[in-house]
Amino acid sequence: MLNMNTIISKIKSLAIKKTNIMEVCGTHTMAIASSGIKSLLPKNINLISGPGCPVCVTPAGIIDSAIELAKNKCIIITFGDMLKVPGSISSLEKEKSSGCDIRIIYSASDSIKIAKNNPKKEVVFVGVGFETTSPTIAATVKIADKEKIKNFSVISAFKLIPPALKIILEQKKIKIDAFILPGHVSAIIGFQPYGFISKKFKTPAVITGFEPSDILEGIFFILKQIKSNKPEIEIQYKRAVKPQGNPFAVKLLYSVFEETDSQWRGIGIIKNSGLKFTKKYENYDALKKFKIKIKNIEEPAGCLCGKVLTGIAKPQQCGYFGENCTPLNPIGPCMVSSEGTCAAYYKYGF
Amino acid sequence: MYNLFMCLAIPGKIILIKDNIADVDFGGVGRKVGLDLLPDAKIGDYIIVHAGFAIQILDTDDAKERLDIFKKIL
Repeated sequence: MLNMNTIISKIKSLAIKKTNIMEVCGTHTMAIASSGIKSLLPKNINLISGPGCPVCVTPAGIIDSAIELAKNKCIIITFGDMLKVPGSISSLEKEKSSGCDIRIIYSASDSIKIAKNNPKKEVVFVGVGFETTSPTIAATVKIADKEKIKNFSVISAFKLIPPALKIILEQKKIKIDAFILPGHVSAIIGFQPYGFISKKFKTPAVITGFEPSDILEGIFFILKQIKSNKPEIEIQYKRAVKPQGNPFAVKLLYSVFEETDSQWRGIGIIKNSGLKFTKKYENYDALKKFKIKIKNIEEPAGCLCGKVLTGIAKPQQCGYFGENCTPLNPIGPCMVSSEGTCAAYYKYGF
Repeated sequence: MYNLFMCLAIPGKIILIKDNIADVDFGGVGRKVGLDLLPDAKIGDYIIVHAGFAIQILDTDDAKERLDIFKKIL
């Protein structure tokens, strides 16, 4: 690995034309914003945030359904970031403050303890996240199954990253020249599922770590690929990502879940981009257990989250941004999540 | 703060393993971590952990090389 000053001077010498680079993962968006990387880059390197913020792409209907279950005396558990996200009329946080039993957990397996400690209550996990998170829930469901825990179920709103990238490459409104691919999603799935990016779309992509020096090195790798005109899926984040990923985790994931079409908030339905329970584990499917049909809810008129998530618009182009929509009073999901693009732009400037 | 970032995973060192659960040292803070997704992990391995489960073993040679560079910068 090169030191940072060397990388920056190499980036400057390679940045000869305007290049749109999408950082797919919200954690990258935050790392880029908080470290000031944009100010170190030449002006013609345009970093664009992508759809990799799980909370941002979770449809409002999922939150409405979780609220409905909470009002029906279920214990709702989820990760902290979900709490503030507005559904169509309320949020989990507002319902928690009005007395519903809604809990935040650190580890997915904590839900097993909560289910065991509350045998007379139904415990429902609101499952959001990408391929980094979904295997941890699959493992938790397996533990629940092994220990014959019946009062635990999951609303599966998990999403898969590669199908969303395909949609972004197919749209014609903005041309993405390269991708900074998510580090920890790739620690699970490896590089192979991204193959279409370089083969079909001839677009360079680098699996990148989360330290500022990782991100700069990732950009350097991308510019080298562009210069040599040899697009491929490269791994910068070698200390954590093996080419094959974690096949054991992938196998475990697909023993509990299978691919299904899925609704992305602000984007729409993407084919085979979500996960539903396999027949064997369908007893843990909260949607089946409580006969829930997720309602399709329109986004607030004028909210540009959908365009922000696909890189077509920058947050400051939205009429609400910074005026009516702030982290304290968010209108769209990109302002709610701590790793949402609008929240990052609001906190750290453009 | 780490808790807030959905796809951020943090590195730690395995101190003990019992019944598929590891005691992991995150720079002085201990936590129990499930090895359900990483059955080959051993005591002494540095692992990255997401939502209470180990998801990958860290390549320590690459990690150490990076730490050395950081030390040089500092």
